[in-house]
Amino acid sequence: MNSPAFVFIAILTLAAALAAATLRKLMHAALSFAVASVGLAAFFFLLGGEFVGLVQIFVYIGAVAVLIVFTILLTRRDVEKDRGFNWSGVAIAIAVFGGLIWAIVKTQSLSVSAPEMPALTIKHIGEVLMTGYVWPLLCLGLLLTAALIGALILVMEDKR
Amino acid sequence: MTITLQIVLAVAAALFCIGLLAALSRRHAIFILIGIEMMLAAANLNFIAFWRFRPEPHQPTGVMVAIFSIAIAAAEAAVGLALVIAVYRHYRTTNVDQFDQLKG
Amino acid sequence: MSESIDQIFVRLKQWLLLPVANGPDWLVQIASSLINIFTLLAVFLTLFALMSVLERKILGRIQNRYGPNRVGPFGLLQPVADGIKMLIKEDIVPVRADKIVHFLAPVLIAATAILTLGIIPYGRGMTPFTIDGGILFFFAVGSTTELAVFMAGWGSNNKFSMLGAMRAIAQMISYELPLIITVLPVVMIVGSLNPDTMVAAQSGYVFGVVPRWFVFTPWGAAAFILFFVSGLVESNRTPFDVPEGESEIVAGHMTEYSGFKYATFFMAEYIGMFAITGLGATLFLGGWHAPVRALEFIPSYIWFFAKLGALLFVYIWLRGTLPRTRVDQIMNFAWKFMLPMAFTCIVAAAVWHYAGRGLRGWLWSFVVIAIVYTALSIFLDTRRRFAPRTYRFAE
Repeated sequence: MNSPAFVFIAILTLAAALAAATLRKLMHAALSFAVASVGLAAFFFLLGGEFVGLVQIFVYIGAVAVLIVFTILLTRRDVEKDRGFNWSGVAIAIAVFGGLIWAIVKTQSLSVSAPEMPALTIKHIGEVLMTGYVWPLLCLGLLLTAALIGALILVMEDKR
Repeated sequence: MTITLQIVLAVAAALFCIGLLAALSRRHAIFILIGIEMMLAAANLNFIAFWRFRPEPHQPTGVMVAIFSIAIAAAEAAVGLALVIAVYRHYRTTNVDQFDQLKG
Repeated sequence: MSESIDQIFVRLKQWLLLPVANGPDWLVQIASSLINIFTLLAVFLTLFALMSVLERKILGRIQNRYGPNRVGPFGLLQPVADGIKMLIKEDIVPVRADKIVHFLAPVLIAATAILTLGIIPYGRGMTPFTIDGGILFFFAVGSTTELAVFMAGWGSNNKFSMLGAMRAIAQMISYELPLIITVLPVVMIVGSLNPDTMVAAQSGYVFGVVPRWFVFTPWGAAAFILFFVSGLVESNRTPFDVPEGESEIVAGHMTEYSGFKYATFFMAEYIGMFAITGLGATLFLGGWHAPVRALEFIPSYIWFFAKLGALLFVYIWLRGTLPRTRVDQIMNFAWKFMLPMAFTCIVAAAVWHYAGRGLRGWLWSFVVIAIVYTALSIFLDTRRRFAPRTYRFAE
């Protein structure tokens, strides 16, 4: 795997994520979230899952980011900036990060480098989806339909 | 330097903790949702990293889980944002500190 | 001889790569990508300039007048004059606009439009970037355009821009579904998301005369018409140019942009048009294949650009002929008609495949599409819903 590319994408993604978490203006935070999603998709490409990377761009930027900006638009009342910032959240986040890093470093079986692997073709993913994972696929369809109908009902105006 | 699994997991852990930071320390409901989405994305990265570094032959399990997880994240974002809009219509604010009454 | 003309650009690129051929692998890759990118930009920016003047001339001829004919022979140097005008205009940014977002919106929209051009096969062996999931890449990057349109509308701090951006996004999201679902039958029949494989699957001739293009099958013809209309909507062209309707909303999300940024929006719209028509030619019209065996000596890229030109001519023709549709008519059309027809195309393609791909398959899939079309046109009859016209006068 290409290490300069990895380092660059890691810095980009973490910087964008930090911007999304700490910026004052909501719109800028939502757009930094979109940039972080692009960085994450680049990670997926680097790790050999091209299909997941493309789905990530499609779903997170084309759907989730647009939903977020629409909701920001529909729920503002001339006060755009977020006024409160809870500093104890920073302490908890740093503590959790420390705990996770300790767990990762302590586990010896994780310090392996990437083995050689044949490239995963989309045809193979399609075959596996339709044979081994067909029940989760159908459940996912049902879940998406339920989410669609639920979201519509939640935002529907009551007919007077 | 070679990229080991530990480095990728560390990056995913950092992303997870930044999402946790956003979800815990912001007062606006949409920021909290952005944080939750980031946490889900970091977990996806973990799945793909484990799949890449310790593959079983011809088993795209990590990729499958990541694909389903992305789809579920989209559905959950849609419903969550619909909830935020519905609550905003009632309370006229998105500051989660002020959602303190069960009476509608 | 014809084979060497066909491969002339491939040979040219290999000749250009000779100085770095003995270098490290990444250098060859970077040099090859750079050559691809520059060629793509040069060709499509020239095509954009040419099309902007040709559109005005063809519209002029449809409206029984000459188009621009003063600058250069037959007015063909008009883009040069337009370019100079756009470049020397003052760049006005509203005071309370969000500067970063306002600046980045045209950049993002142009970048995503140009990115989508990279996976289309322009000739035999002339695909700039071969990605295994090329079609998915096209749609993933194309869906990023909506975010850029929203940034443009919001960053201008202008209620009309915001309204125009919301309308544009609603239209684009609604028609993204038929666009993608009409591509699904082709993907299903070919079995791959790679555009090169799709072009290769359309080679050869049935009965030695009719080419195996997907547009000559019933599901392919229906899917091609739906894809074409969805492409019209995605590019915000008349009759679906509600986002930029000049008589209604000034210029929609592009109102507060002047000079070079407006030219960038214009360019992004045209390049989006090229990308969608290029994809339509690749998926349904056989890519760079010739229509008859006798004309196969003409190089492949000439055939591709001829098909592209024909589709663009139909776009311009529709612009000069049809009036603008209303927003609710556009939405109704997408959700009530195009989506069921798109799903029918998938079923019809499966029927065509499983009834053998010959005459029997053709007839059965035609029957499926005809039944659904007739049912839809009976159920969606809008004539009964018009109430008698009432007039209300101001008192």
